[in-house]
Amino acid sequence: MIHGLTQLTYLAAAALFILSLRWLSHPKTARRGVAAGVGGMTLAVVGTLMAPEIVNFKWIAIAMVIGTLIGVPLSWVPLTAVPQRTALSHAFGGLAAGLVGTAKYIVWYEHGELTTFRTGAIVLEVILGYLTFTGSLMAAGKLQEIVPTRPITYANQNIVNLLLLAIAIGAGVYLTIDPYVPMAFVVIVLLSLAFGVLLILPIGGADMPTVISLLNSYAGLAAVAMGFVLENKLLITAGALDGSSGLILSIIMCRAMNRSFTNVLFGAFGQVQATAAAGEAKTAKSATPQDVAELLTTADRVVIVPGYGMAVAQAQHKVRELYDQLTKRGIDVRFAIHPVAGRMPGHMNVLLAESEIPYDALIEMDDINPDMAQTDVALVVGANDVVNPAARHDKGSPIYGMPIIDVDKAKAIVAIKRSMNPGFAGIDNELYYLDQTLMAFGDAKQVVSDVVKSLSGEGSGH
Amino acid sequence: MAELDLWSMLFVFMLATFVGFQVIQNVSRLLHTPLMSLTNAISAIAIVGAILMAGEEESTLATVLGAVAVAASMTNIVSGFLITDRMLKMFRAREPRESKK
Repeated sequence: MIHGLTQLTYLAAAALFILSLRWLSHPKTARRGVAAGVGGMTLAVVGTLMAPEIVNFKWIAIAMVIGTLIGVPLSWVPLTAVPQRTALSHAFGGLAAGLVGTAKYIVWYEHGELTTFRTGAIVLEVILGYLTFTGSLMAAGKLQEIVPTRPITYANQNIVNLLLLAIAIGAGVYLTIDPYVPMAFVVIVLLSLAFGVLLILPIGGADMPTVISLLNSYAGLAAVAMGFVLENKLLITAGALDGSSGLILSIIMCRAMNRSFTNVLFGAFGQVQATAAAGEAKTAKSATPQDVAELLTTADRVVIVPGYGMAVAQAQHKVRELYDQLTKRGIDVRFAIHPVAGRMPGHMNVLLAESEIPYDALIEMDDINPDMAQTDVALVVGANDVVNPAARHDKGSPIYGMPIIDVDKAKAIVAIKRSMNPGFAGIDNELYYLDQTLMAFGDAKQVVSDVVKSLSGEGSGH
Repeated sequence: MAELDLWSMLFVFMLATFVGFQVIQNVSRLLHTPLMSLTNAISAIAIVGAILMAGEEESTLATVLGAVAVAASMTNIVSGFLITDRMLKMFRAREPRESKK
């Protein structure tokens, strides 16, 4: 009877989780989505605690308190650090799946209850769980810059990696046929842990949005595998929702860079372009913040293109002040958001929302590109590759084919940049040498704040 | 019996994946970061399995592993929901447009 009650809470929880994601579709209903998620989670946890199998609550209570104590401060991180936090939580999800799989193997081993199906599901759960665990830790380390962000490569890297995975899967198949070989289980655990690290080593910082999404998908699939082990349909449902979400996001990220999964995972982007950089000396026009301010006041339509460089310089609040100054003058200001701007899907939107820029001023790439030709000034703040016209016509460029924001079609362009050094991927940007382009050199925060100062000084004079 | 359950689990998996694709494709790109932290919190439903392992008293090792898994999942639940809500609170529309509606 109690068992039926538990199942009922699971059923309700699954429905609430689906509603939760549905409400997230629009900013207006999104917070209701969080409430539904919390409700579903609470129901499911209470329902589980009522299950008759649970005889000892001490460890559960202690663990929950510890988890809360870690979780609350983790939710206070600055929004620039949200990608790291997300990677870390994928790691925790993977760890939980791996540990539950291991524990279940031990229990069924001791009771002699291992079957082919159970072992197969455990193997899947453990491989996915542990590789997500170490892979996400590596990704978090790279994002936090504890681990070098440059791709780390060595000879025959892909062959070594795939061989390791093949051995792990081979051991898994062997274990499914003969479950009572604990050594094979240990081999699988160790290889999965190692594979996660090796998989992320060759991946560069610019590919992090894709990698985080992919790890998100793996974490979800690990939860699905756990559902198969425990024969729990709620776990399967929630894991499948998470898995498909991660997959959709990875596909969007890959498309936004015109690259395939295999290319992201095995391509070691940012390694090979060193030779392509040398070219004829070109000159760029530089401008002072006062010049920029003057140019902006003559405009009717301004599009600001923010990149991760803006967040690194902590310039987003100054950009908001600039937005206020310009809109006050009746100038139409919008933001063009490239899907891979930032370090995770949607990162730039969150950063701009934090600095109180209304979300209806944030426009997706595909929606703003048709308007670029009517734009008087395009202001590029800390973005580089996503505005490089070479992506459209230069077949030799490593970013050829990548969809870009058509900044070069605007009547005037201002790019704020530290120096003429090529950006993250080491690719020269011809945008800076166009006739209508002005370069404002300096730290993004300093330059924008000087522009704002110049604008507000002028405003009081009128 | 066990075999029948495998099939019904596969059905649940298949259907949930399709529901997931449908629902998530409708999520605005504006909210993809909160989406990831929310699905992250939701998939920490793994806590259900962890609770069973930690509370069953089948073997000491399994209890310890289960308890660590409960702590890891609880971390994701708490930080995932809290940070999602914190981010969503920041998304505001332009004021004049809101008053028009």
